Amino acid sequence: MSEKIKFVQGNEACVEGAMYAGLDFYAGYPITPSSEIAELLSYRLPRSGGKFIQMEDEIASLCAIIGASLTGRKVMTATSGPGFSLMQEALGYAVMAEIPCVIVNVQRGGPSTGLPTHGSQGDINQARWGTHGDHAIIAMTASNHQDVFAVTIEAFNLAETYRTPVILLFDEVVAHMRERLIIPDFDVVPLVERLKTSVKEGVDYHPYLPREDGRLPMSDFGGVHRYNVTGLFHDMWGFPSSEPRAVHGLLRHLVDKIENRTNLIARYKEFYLEDAEHLLISYGSAARSARHVVENRRMRGEKLGLLELQTLWPFPEDIVRDKCAHAKSVIVVELNMGQMLREVKMAVDEPQKVFLANRIDGVFITPEDILNILRLIRGRGV
Amino acid sequence: MAVKDYLRERFFPHLWCPGCGHGMVLNGLLQAIEKLGMSKNEIVMVSGIGCSARISGYVDFHTLHTIHGRALAFATGVKMSLPELNLIVPMGDGDALAIGGNHFIHAARRNIDITALVMNNRIYGMTGGQFSPLSGSGIRATTAPFTNIDYSFDVVELAKAAGATFVARTTSYHVQQMADILKKAILHEGFAVVEVLSQCPTYFGRKNKAGDAVDMVKWFKDNTTPIGSKAKKENQDLIERGIFVQTDRPEYCSEYDKLVARAMEAQP
Repeated sequence: MSEKIKFVQGNEACVEGAMYAGLDFYAGYPITPSSEIAELLSYRLPRSGGKFIQMEDEIASLCAIIGASLTGRKVMTATSGPGFSLMQEALGYAVMAEIPCVIVNVQRGGPSTGLPTHGSQGDINQARWGTHGDHAIIAMTASNHQDVFAVTIEAFNLAETYRTPVILLFDEVVAHMRERLIIPDFDVVPLVERLKTSVKEGVDYHPYLPREDGRLPMSDFGGVHRYNVTGLFHDMWGFPSSEPRAVHGLLRHLVDKIENRTNLIARYKEFYLEDAEHLLISYGSAARSARHVVENRRMRGEKLGLLELQTLWPFPEDIVRDKCAHAKSVIVVELNMGQMLREVKMAVDEPQKVFLANRIDGVFITPEDILNILRLIRGRGV
Repeated sequence: MAVKDYLRERFFPHLWCPGCGHGMVLNGLLQAIEKLGMSKNEIVMVSGIGCSARISGYVDFHTLHTIHGRALAFATGVKMSLPELNLIVPMGDGDALAIGGNHFIHAARRNIDITALVMNNRIYGMTGGQFSPLSGSGIRATTAPFTNIDYSFDVVELAKAAGATFVARTTSYHVQQMADILKKAILHEGFAVVEVLSQCPTYFGRKNKAGDAVDMVKWFKDNTTPIGSKAKKENQDLIERGIFVQTDRPEYCSEYDKLVARAMEAQP
């Protein structure tokens, strides 16, 4: 079998990535602009030995995939802003109970019903802080279909590695745009499979006792080890506990397993950063316009560079600080009111040199919009 | 296997109040499972939040203690993924029919093979005695100091209307009937709803001057009657117990298998 070339929507690239990664259980609820993911999987999964179920709402969808994940399956759901809001409680449950799962949020304009058919990147902070209580989260995005495919696979790999929900923050622009996608052979991209316990039947299995490397080997529901899974703070058996040492230890574990590996988890792309005087930081669909500006100005001899973030959470602050160290200005390009801008300002040594180029009117940001900001920064007016 | 072999004694004593009916429900449920001779590895118990939900911690099955109201959604994922497992979902009245009402009717509509056990004590116990959608009009609760004006659902009628293919009601007094009904409910291929009237002397009893646990259990004895009994014809206020519905309709997971067969035949 050789690689396949397809001309697809971003949503289909996500489906191809998920199938490549081994997705075999999907539950979802229709919502624009993510619905093509459910439609495609309702066709693909029954034909590949997987399961597809359309649930009664987004809450039930995330709950159902958590249940299926516990039986050993690779699971995913997809939604958009209003549905992602509904999922926040179950998302926290997946964090607390350490359930591998992938949640796709194809972002549209918000708040509320907002702009269902227009692009936005307004859910970046919700992905980080939407569920209650201290926690860590992994969230990724991509600006083109080849990368949508790749980060979707990566999301499944990270979910399995760290036993955590991983959020894919795509947006309407990438989701509905058509572009070429090359699907590699099946053994080309490495896949992470579920780490299973080697504890034998009859031996006391501790589902929530991390190994030295922080990982928790799992036992599937229906297997030989019977244990409790709960959203309450719990001990190494998964039984509820409010004992201060157990609470502290578990919360530290949940946060440290991800935040201590921020640089390892970070995925990003860089374009012309070596000598960049003006550095653009962007992600998702907005990075397409940012890249256009950089390529275009480089041809005229202007020293612009682009840092395209693919991992948004945990925010790669060391990497951002390092890359921005020698730039005269840093321009964060995004389709919101500055959600990543705040993170960049906190990360860099000179926050006063960080500016925002954005659009919040449902219209995709153009290279001209970014150039206007650049001219302003250079004191040349629009 | 003895009933106590199904318990996780490591985690006892349980947290239920003295006189609570939920331990009696646990007893009836384990008797049913013991009579069926089921292996512990083939049972998954999924619960939500509330006093009732804590039942899952005490039984030696695969147990999933989830979030408020959503137990049936989690259970649907487990069952759909591994249909050979037996899914038992104990829920409180608020858990099942207030916050979880939507999942309840949709699980019934799908007729997915799950045993839903509604432990109905007509009150939110864990949070301190607020009225629930099964408290009923005229009841006193910590959020109904001037008596409740909300009418209650009839669990049996609701489950029937939503498409459940096994619907039954019993009480914590009628432990033998409870075990017998639960046995049938677990064996039933489809969505089975069993409402068990359970007593909460701590909140419902105190607020409504219903006496102690013994008085409340005796109330179940005196105020319920077998379905279609002569007593019911003479006194319409009596609550009927027994099996109301036991019908065959294609079960969801087996329908999915048929869908897979159609999918495999489809030309791409």
